[in-house]
Amino acid sequence: MLLYAVKRILYVTPVAIGVSIICFLLVHIAPGDPLTAVLPIDATAAQQAEMRAAYGFDRPLPVQYGLWLWKVLHGDLGNSIATGRPVLSEVSRAVTNSLILAAVATLIGFTFGTFFGFVAGYHRDSALDKIASAISVLGVSVPHYWLGMVLVIIFSAQLGWLPPTGAGPDGSGNWRPDFEHLRYLILPAVTMSVIPMGIIARTVRALVAEILTQEFVQALRAKGLSEWTVFKHVVTNAAPTALSVMGLQLGYLLGGSILIETVFAWPGTGFLLNSAIFQRDLPLLQGTILVLAMFFVLLNLIVDVLQTALDPRIQRA
Amino acid sequence: MTAIADAGVYLPVKRSRGYWASVAHRLARDPVAMVALALIVAIALTAIFAPLLAPADPFKGSMLRRLRPVGFPGYPLGSDELGRDMLSRLMYGGRLSLLMGVTPVLVAFVIGSSFGIFAGYIGGRINTLMMRVIDVFFAFPSVLLAIALSGALGAGIVNSIVSLTIVFIPQIARVAEAVTTQIRTRDYVEAARVSGARALSIVRVHVLGNVLGPIFVYATSLISVSMILASGLSFLGLGVKPPDPEWGLMLNTLRTAIYSQPLVAALPGVMIFITSISFNLFSDGLRSAMEVKQ
Amino acid sequence: MSVVVDTMFPPDLVDRGGAGTPLLSVRGLVKYFGGKRGALFHKPAVRAVDGIDFDVIKGETLGIVGESGCGKSTTARLIMHIIAPDAGEILFDGEAVGSNELDLTAFRKQTQMIFQDSYASLNPRLTVEDTVAFGPRVHGLSRKAAVARAHDLLEQVGLDPVRFAGRYPHEISGGQRQRVNIARGLALEPRLLILDEAVSALDKSVEAQVLNLLLDLKDKFGLTYIFISHDLNVVRFMSDRVMVMYLGKVAEVGPSEAIFNRPGHPYTQALLASMPSMDPDHRTEEAPIAGDPPNPINPPSGCRFHTRCKMAATLCTHSEPALHPASSDHLVACHLANPDSGHPRLKPA
Repeated sequence: MLLYAVKRILYVTPVAIGVSIICFLLVHIAPGDPLTAVLPIDATAAQQAEMRAAYGFDRPLPVQYGLWLWKVLHGDLGNSIATGRPVLSEVSRAVTNSLILAAVATLIGFTFGTFFGFVAGYHRDSALDKIASAISVLGVSVPHYWLGMVLVIIFSAQLGWLPPTGAGPDGSGNWRPDFEHLRYLILPAVTMSVIPMGIIARTVRALVAEILTQEFVQALRAKGLSEWTVFKHVVTNAAPTALSVMGLQLGYLLGGSILIETVFAWPGTGFLLNSAIFQRDLPLLQGTILVLAMFFVLLNLIVDVLQTALDPRIQRA
Repeated sequence: MTAIADAGVYLPVKRSRGYWASVAHRLARDPVAMVALALIVAIALTAIFAPLLAPADPFKGSMLRRLRPVGFPGYPLGSDELGRDMLSRLMYGGRLSLLMGVTPVLVAFVIGSSFGIFAGYIGGRINTLMMRVIDVFFAFPSVLLAIALSGALGAGIVNSIVSLTIVFIPQIARVAEAVTTQIRTRDYVEAARVSGARALSIVRVHVLGNVLGPIFVYATSLISVSMILASGLSFLGLGVKPPDPEWGLMLNTLRTAIYSQPLVAALPGVMIFITSISFNLFSDGLRSAMEVKQ
Repeated sequence: MSVVVDTMFPPDLVDRGGAGTPLLSVRGLVKYFGGKRGALFHKPAVRAVDGIDFDVIKGETLGIVGESGCGKSTTARLIMHIIAPDAGEILFDGEAVGSNELDLTAFRKQTQMIFQDSYASLNPRLTVEDTVAFGPRVHGLSRKAAVARAHDLLEQVGLDPVRFAGRYPHEISGGQRQRVNIARGLALEPRLLILDEAVSALDKSVEAQVLNLLLDLKDKFGLTYIFISHDLNVVRFMSDRVMVMYLGKVAEVGPSEAIFNRPGHPYTQALLASMPSMDPDHRTEEAPIAGDPPNPINPPSGCRFHTRCKMAATLCTHSEPALHPASSDHLVACHLANPDSGHPRLKPA
């Protein structure tokens, strides 16, 4: 097990390096001089010279990459052009908010998704299956940012039950786990949960349907065991894959939260990305993407190792 | 034997229904897929013939008649925040939305398939190397990558199409490689090698026919994602620029109207939703039609 | 013994070596799979073929038998030049493949293979006639001529072209598919045909038909066959000479009649004894071979069969026997066949 974990870490390292290269190149594919991309417009000549020396913009690309990577590994992701504050601190503040949102959304999506998936899988090809499958197709096809708008229209504008935007009553920058703040979490989390719900429902349905056709299930029934026991067996067999899909969905939500966070003005990494794009704040953009991508890589790694730990059948070389 | 062959006798042979013909045959019997296809065709035709069908000029606004509700005389689906006719804008909007949704998948299909089929057929170290490069792109969630690339390249239709294409190429390449590797080891491919055919010949006759189908089905399932992402980019202001009509952009500019005219504000999203779900259902139907064990 | 020459193919595929040259000549063939040597990981190789020598005489059928894992299929693929050997030499009609006299393309026209799985060996997207016509097309025939040739071959293998040529693999039965495979195999007018478990997956009645067809075609076109199978009865029916393989090496080779009536190698004897008897009065009682076949990754030292051989002696554990002639054309790789080996069971001359 440990050996497998080590192997996976070794495998992931070149990928992580590749990811960092892409993030590094983002600044360079932007139109214009990369130097102006990382500095405020009103930077003095001295500041420009200093930046040029620090990042080595006149040096060959691989050298620039090396310099940049060195800084990154020391926690220096540059400074945001708009606020002047270090990117890392901006991002870490935002990441917590996004994580909360993504985690809650994943839980909701997972709960409903597995429910629908089980129902559909158990009653395969029946009317119930068609309804549950229809719901999951809907979940996957809906443009979630639009759904967010629709929910805001219904629950906020028309009914006035829930607040339309923000993470807290005073438009605060951070979400705290108390009742006041809970109301702000509901709409964004539910909106965000729809796509993972759809995906998890489809996956679970396929898993359950396949497991039920396997011979050991028929053997269990033939032995006279109760349906509950059979059910437990199905769950244990489906669990590893389902959980890994859930983990991956968490990663996707974390990385792809920008649209929902824009709709709900949720102060997370997505919102940060949005302002970074509009203010052409490339250091912030680059830093946020790097952090999010690394999170995703790490999450994939954890999910991978956990799945192998849970499912003894998977023997990877 | 020689004599008959020399005579060039070409016996009249009864040909069975080919593979794609049977797929089409099965697909035609799937009501859900057919309805979805009809919707797609309807939306596509409306978009293409928008200049002929639209009742009004999508760019012409009126400060007096802003945000009129659905059913208002002269504005069947209401008017937007600048007084433009929603129906016309939705029709014209379909053009850009469909363009930005379908083009990336098409281009990615061509590039990704070539990449994946090549890697899959060649195998060995080159395959491993190529797939690792693909893995790096997989380390990004698609939305994030699309936004990162768009954000860096800047707003605009072409830039958005480019970013989305780059997002989808690795996904298609991975499927292409997996399928090709599977087919490469089949006996009939080996038999073709044994008959002395060149690699290109073998790929063309034996591999492509068996591989493009599954890749194509996967690609069609990506269209709905692509449409949502493309509209999402416009929603964020990264795609189409105002005043061009595009469903995602329209959702953005109509956000302020959700309190006064919620129905009108939601309409563009309804279009995205309908198109997206139609593509999904059609793709599902296609997959079912192809999966039937021959 | 000359091969029928078809005017559509260039005339250089005539019997070049003459009657005396074996059509196929294999010496010292070796193929290992896998196996990594590294500082940290050392994975031993699978020794699929570990040094074999044999000839295939023009116009004969050489049967190759052995249990799974003995290296028969690997040998077939090595002969076909689908995989490259690690050591050894293969001469076709006296010439090495890839040399100036015989390039790969010319070789491919002369040697073809029929696979076991009739379904997997046919492209599900091609019609029967397209499958058979593919080879000739590759080698330059026009579409019309190639299809005409295909129709003719289908007729030869007993499939009416009008009914079958336009069909797809999933629309015909297993026996019919195998006939298509044979037609495809013959399309390039090969001289040597390797049949790798070609009938093993067929029902018995169908198998008999296909075997008879193969014999007819062999006479008609003057072919040479290598017939690989694990089914001893079928091999006996088809073969002129038989080669028995065990764990990557040749155990015994000789005329079919000699192998089946006077088997020299204990392994062959055990194989023959283990065939279930059809006579209820003389049932096969005891399993003549003990144990499972050992691992080709780590074959036993000395004679590979010694771990399962009833007559094994200390000599056998450390000395690997070479092929020794039990009679002029019957070779056995066993110390018992060699009067000078020093095996305790041999009576002094």
